[in-house]
Amino acid sequence: MTDSAQSAIRELAPARPTWHVVLVRPETMTFLLLIFGLVGASFLSPFFLDASYILRSFTLTAEMSIVALVLTMVVISGEIDLSPAANMALSACIFAWAQEAGTPLPLAVIVGLLAGLAMGALNAFMSIRMQLPSIIVTIGTLIFYRGLAQVIAGDRSIRVPDSFIGINTIMIAGIPLPVVIFVGVAVLLGLVLGTTVVGRQIYQIGTNQAAALHAGINAKRIKVGLFLVLGVVSAAAGMMAASRLGSVRYDLVLGGELQMVLMAMLGGTYIFGGRGTILGTFLAAWLLVIVSTGMTVANLLPAIQLTVLGILLIVAIIATNFIYARTQR
Amino acid sequence: MTFLRSILLRREAGILIMIVIFCAAVGLYKPQFLTGQSLRIVLLLTPLIMIGAMAQMLVLVARHVDLSIGSMLGFSAMVVGLMYREIPDIYWLVGFPVAILTGAILGLGNGLLVTIFKLPSIIVTLGTLSLYRGLTFIISDARQINRSVIPTELKAMSRTSPIFDIPWIILIAFGIAGITYVIARHTQLGRQIYALGSNPEAAPLRGIDVTKVTLIVFTLAGALSGLAGILYASRWGFVNPSNTGAGFEFQVIAAVVIGGVSINGGVGTVMGTVLGVLLLGCVAAALPLLGIPGSTQNAIYGAVILIALLIDRSVRQRGMISVAGAAK
Repeated sequence: MTDSAQSAIRELAPARPTWHVVLVRPETMTFLLLIFGLVGASFLSPFFLDASYILRSFTLTAEMSIVALVLTMVVISGEIDLSPAANMALSACIFAWAQEAGTPLPLAVIVGLLAGLAMGALNAFMSIRMQLPSIIVTIGTLIFYRGLAQVIAGDRSIRVPDSFIGINTIMIAGIPLPVVIFVGVAVLLGLVLGTTVVGRQIYQIGTNQAAALHAGINAKRIKVGLFLVLGVVSAAAGMMAASRLGSVRYDLVLGGELQMVLMAMLGGTYIFGGRGTILGTFLAAWLLVIVSTGMTVANLLPAIQLTVLGILLIVAIIATNFIYARTQR
Repeated sequence: MTFLRSILLRREAGILIMIVIFCAAVGLYKPQFLTGQSLRIVLLLTPLIMIGAMAQMLVLVARHVDLSIGSMLGFSAMVVGLMYREIPDIYWLVGFPVAILTGAILGLGNGLLVTIFKLPSIIVTLGTLSLYRGLTFIISDARQINRSVIPTELKAMSRTSPIFDIPWIILIAFGIAGITYVIARHTQLGRQIYALGSNPEAAPLRGIDVTKVTLIVFTLAGALSGLAGILYASRWGFVNPSNTGAGFEFQVIAAVVIGGVSINGGVGTVMGTVLGVLLLGCVAAALPLLGIPGSTQNAIYGAVILIALLIDRSVRQRGMISVAGAAK
C-alpha cells in the first residue's frame, strides 16, 4: 500500500531533464564567472593570457585555497569553522618560535602540525562534545588563537631559516609547488567526498543529522575527524605561508576567514549543509585569483578589493540559495 | 532562603561574584587597584563597548548575530570626520544625528539582506564587515582624520563632566543601557524581540511581524554603532580608516556572551550585559597594573569567551534538570 503510494508520488513529480541537472547548479555559475573574469581581465592587461603569470599569482592565495577545500567538507557536514586563518598564524608562529629556540627543523614542523591538531581538537571538543554552535565557538577560538599568536610573536616578525624559505619558487613541470599541492589535495578530497562511503555519509549528516543517526552513521566521529583534519591542514598551510614569506608575524593572513568562507560559498556550498562540491570550491579559488589580480592590474586600491570581496560573498550566497530553492528535490 | 537562593542562582550574580573575586585578587597583589582612580580608568575603557554590547544583545536575543558592528562604527566615524573636515564651521552637535543616521542606514542594509533573501545573518554580516570597511577606505581616500579636525567640544566630552565628575561619554553609555532596559522590559517591541528569538517558528503565529522586528533590531544595532562611532572620535580624537572599530565586534561579542546572553536567542538581560562589559573593563584595566603586556589582551578575551560558553552550557543543563525535577 505505502509502496504503491510512494511510487505514485514519484510519478507525479517528473524527473528534471538531464541538461537541467547538469547545467542548473552553482558550479556552472562559478565556471561561467571564471570564463567571464578571464576574458574581462585579458582586456585589462595582456599579461592575463600568460599562464605562468596566473600561476604565480595563485601561489599568493594557494595556502588559503587548500584550507578552503577542507572547510568545504566541514560546511557540507553542517558545521562551520571561522578559526582556520588564526590557526594558520598560530601554528606558523609556534613553528617559527620553536626553530628559533634551536629545535631541529623537521621537529619544529612536527610541533607546528601538532599545534594545528590541538587547535582542531579544541574546536571539535567545544562544538561536538559540548554541543555548542560551531559558529560562535570558532569566533571565540579565532580571537583566542590569534591572541596567542600575538603573545608568542609580539610585534616583531620571526625569521625562518633560509633552507625553509621559497616553497613558491620550487617548480614541478613549470608549475609552482603550492599550486601542485592545491590540485593534488583537491583531487584527493574530491574522490573522498564523491566516491567513498565516508563522503556520502558527510552529505547525509549535513542534510539530516537525525536521519543519519538512525541510519547508523556515527555523525560525531566524522565531524570530529573533519575538525581535526582541518586543524592539521591549516597548520600545514600556515607553514607554507611562512616558507613563502620568509618570516612570520602574528597578523599572518589576518581576516583570511572571510576569503575562505567566500571560496566555499562562491563554489556553491550550501551554508546550511548537505550540498556542495570540491569542484565548486576549486573553481571559486581560481575565480578569486582572477578577480583580485585583475583588480591589481587595473590599479585599484586594496580597499576597493575588500569592498568587492564583501559584495561577492553576499551575491554568491544569494545566488546559491536561489538555485537550490529552484532545484529542491 | 528561597529568595536568597533565587538571587544567587541568577546568571547576573555569577558575573558579579566573578568581578568581586577578580578585583579582590588583583587588589591583594596591587592595593592601588582598589581606588577611585582605577574605577575611573575601568569606566573610561568601557563606554564604546557598552553601547556596542547593547546593540549586539538585542541582535542576539532575536537569534541573529551582527559581525559588522565594528565596520559600521568605523564608517559612521569617518562620515562625521569628513563632515567636520569639509564643513569646518558646522555646529559640532550636528555630528550626532549624522553618525546615528549613517549607522542606521548601514544596519538597515544588513536587515534588508537578512529578511528579503532569507540569508543567515552571520554570513551577511561577515560580508558587510568587509564591504563597509572597504567603503570607509573609499570615502576617506585611505587617509586619516586628524586631531585638529575634530571639534574641541566633542573631544572635551570624554573629559568634562556635568555631574559627579563623571565624563559625558560614560553618562551617555549608561543612558543607552537604561533606554535598552526600558525597550527590552517595558515595550511591546522588546517582548516581540524575545518572542522571536525564543521561537522563530511560533512568533508569526502569535501575530508578530517577523520582518518588521528583524529590520528594527538590525537598524537599532546600526544606529548604536553610529553613536559609538562619534564617541570614538570624541575619546581618541582621530578617525583612521583601518584601525577605527577593527576587532570591535569581537570585544562586544565577548562582553555579551560573558553577560549571559544566550547564542540560541531569547535569553539575555541588560543587567548581565552591563556586568559583562564591566568585567572586561576590569580585566583590561588590571593588565598593565600587573605588568602583563597588552599583547595578551586578545588571548585573554578569547579564553574568557570560551569559558563563558562552557559556563552558559552547564547552567542551562542544570536549569533543565531542575525543571524536569519539578515536573515530577
